[in-house]
Amino acid sequence: MKYIDEFNDPELARRLLDEIRATATRPWALMEVCGGQTHSIIRHGIDQLLPDEVELIHGPGCPVCVTPLDVIDKALEIAARPEVIFCSFGDMLRVPGTDRDLFRVKGEGGDVRVVYSPLDALDLARRNPDREVVFFAIGFETTAPANAMAVHQARRLGVGNFSLLVSHVRVPPAIEAIMTAPDCRVQGFLAAGHVCSVMGTAEYPDLADRHRVPIVVTGFEPLDILEGIRRAVRQLERGEHLVENAYPRAVREQGNPAALRMLQEVFEVTDRNWRGIGRIPASGWRLSDAYRPYDAEHRFDVTGIRTEEPAVCRAGEVLQGLIKPTECEAFGTACTPRTPLGATMVSSEGACAAYYLYRRMTDGPARQGSRIPQTEVNPVG
Amino acid sequence: MADLATDAVVDPANWTCPAPLRDQPVVVMGHGGGGALSAELIEQVFAPAYGNPTLAALTDSAVLDLAGTRLAFSTDSYVVRPLFFPGGSLGDLAVNGTVNDLAMSGARPAFLSTAFVLEEGVEISVVGRVAQAIGAAARAAGVTVATGDTKVVEAGHGDGVYVTTAGVGLVPDGVDIRPQRARPGDAVLVSGPIGLHGVAVMSVREGLEFGVEIASDTAPLAGLVAAMLAVTPDLHVLRDPTRGGLGASLNEIARASGTGVRLDERAVPVPDEVRSACGFLGLDPLYVANEGRLVAFVPAEHAEAVLAAMRSHPQGTGAARIGTCVADHPGMVVAATGLGGTRVVDLPLGEQLPRIC
Repeated sequence: MKYIDEFNDPELARRLLDEIRATATRPWALMEVCGGQTHSIIRHGIDQLLPDEVELIHGPGCPVCVTPLDVIDKALEIAARPEVIFCSFGDMLRVPGTDRDLFRVKGEGGDVRVVYSPLDALDLARRNPDREVVFFAIGFETTAPANAMAVHQARRLGVGNFSLLVSHVRVPPAIEAIMTAPDCRVQGFLAAGHVCSVMGTAEYPDLADRHRVPIVVTGFEPLDILEGIRRAVRQLERGEHLVENAYPRAVREQGNPAALRMLQEVFEVTDRNWRGIGRIPASGWRLSDAYRPYDAEHRFDVTGIRTEEPAVCRAGEVLQGLIKPTECEAFGTACTPRTPLGATMVSSEGACAAYYLYRRMTDGPARQGSRIPQTEVNPVG
Repeated sequence: MADLATDAVVDPANWTCPAPLRDQPVVVMGHGGGGALSAELIEQVFAPAYGNPTLAALTDSAVLDLAGTRLAFSTDSYVVRPLFFPGGSLGDLAVNGTVNDLAMSGARPAFLSTAFVLEEGVEISVVGRVAQAIGAAARAAGVTVATGDTKVVEAGHGDGVYVTTAGVGLVPDGVDIRPQRARPGDAVLVSGPIGLHGVAVMSVREGLEFGVEIASDTAPLAGLVAAMLAVTPDLHVLRDPTRGGLGASLNEIARASGTGVRLDERAVPVPDEVRSACGFLGLDPLYVANEGRLVAFVPAEHAEAVLAAMRSHPQGTGAARIGTCVADHPGMVVAATGLGGTRVVDLPLGEQLPRIC
């Protein structure tokens, strides 16, 4: 179990940083797609160590942050029903809906539970045949196959009191949307390794070609990220736009065939709203017709949801890489982890939470990066 | 004031929010998590109600002057699930927790009381095992269980067995150990690897297997403290980083003393199995509970000698210097990351939650 230390080695990190410094001759803006990468970058101070030429822009890849408000409100309404056991991963439960969160629903008597796996939720359904067990199925391609497996198992075992509230999203359409936005400044991507470990890299060459951007698949340890940056900068300096796999210990070009089969068996591609960003075509998964009876939205009448985002919250701009969290007027004042206005402040992968947790300093704030031009919130896609 | 509530590990079967909205009118589990919410409850509810200078020190044990004798006094409740876990049990925690709270003021623990709250339906043999563990742990810690109490609540109104212990001990002359005494320049020492207790309890509670069995670090620390005091009575601060972990303890000391703490992240001893389990679950080892570790703020000139004394004691073989008390950023803990960056180590809100992926 020494692998974690190996990917934190300061000497290797210094060498990679030296090489990045020697390679970068002019400013480059790279986007790390995944919120897990963002947290690693901020937690380890990687952005502080990079040369001024390399700016990191935080991407929309926090699954908790991009789950739309109306879906959260639907979750709150379903979770409040007395017949329901509502299950979710931990970090979804304090994300604010329009006027409350899942924690509040629990405090008011709702049966809300944290599970480590959707299969645990399925097990709850089998042990509580007189209750309706609903699992909040959010996340990128990383979590979707296990959720697909849970509903597949439910059908195979004839468990009729289990359903999913689905809000799965896909990474490649998000990259497409970011690159086609008129104010896009991103010149290269650090793609999320865990997504690619499921999906492989087949969808990326076309994106890299059409938008002439390097896409480097990286892991989440500091050296993984530095190696990804090194390769992306090297490509940019050479005028290349290739897909590179800097995470070969986890990612293969073909991905995980068993997981892909499960996804295709249970889900189908659909348009999805992204919180703070807008509707992105073909950017999500929904249950296919054969599995529609296991769709919580189908099972429970949750139409008539009215949502309202806090006016002052600029999480959408943060998610699009248009501003840094510290540029939001509410950051650290009206909006803190205690009083979150947006999901980016409460999610364990949220960019605002990362800056608040690790950069709220009095003795030398982080290098803020160059000021990003302000724009109207511009739904992409 | 001593701990008020539970052992802080995420409990998916009975989830509770670590970060309630501010206008939340009811107690949530985060109020017992040893973080910002616990501090708020004490500062806004208990301290104003009881208001007295002794309580205002907000130390793990109160140091009382009783007819010319300095007495340390502490109480704590234990509600851990499961009752028995690798490396320890509820009984061990109930003794070691209070013994350690006394030891953190430099006291030699002497007497304990135990109060049981039992839930109707619990097997007598289970109560017997807890009592046996309390007896064994008390003998190991060199304290006498001098008095006790038993109550029973109806089935469904408890969680099997709750134990409250209180303890008293004598504080040697010339010893004045309080969080307020941290001074810039102090060396920050920790007595061994962190995070073992929290991960051990989580592994059995959630049925998570990490490839190797992780045992709790629960242990009495009064002997270790005596060994440190033998080097110098001038230890400034001692704290056992239980709920809220090392991160919470360092923040409490920084705030109480109005100093800053500069933590060297690479020097913090985190066992590989704890690091791996935390990485898997999305938790930070700095905030995971310990039950047999202490953190010490020691004047720089005594630091090496105290560290050597710790390392030659069975409870301190893994002791390490992990940072320095500084005048910069008063009230804050800032870590130098392994790669050379810096980050804030904040007081956790309450309990940590596992992440989605």
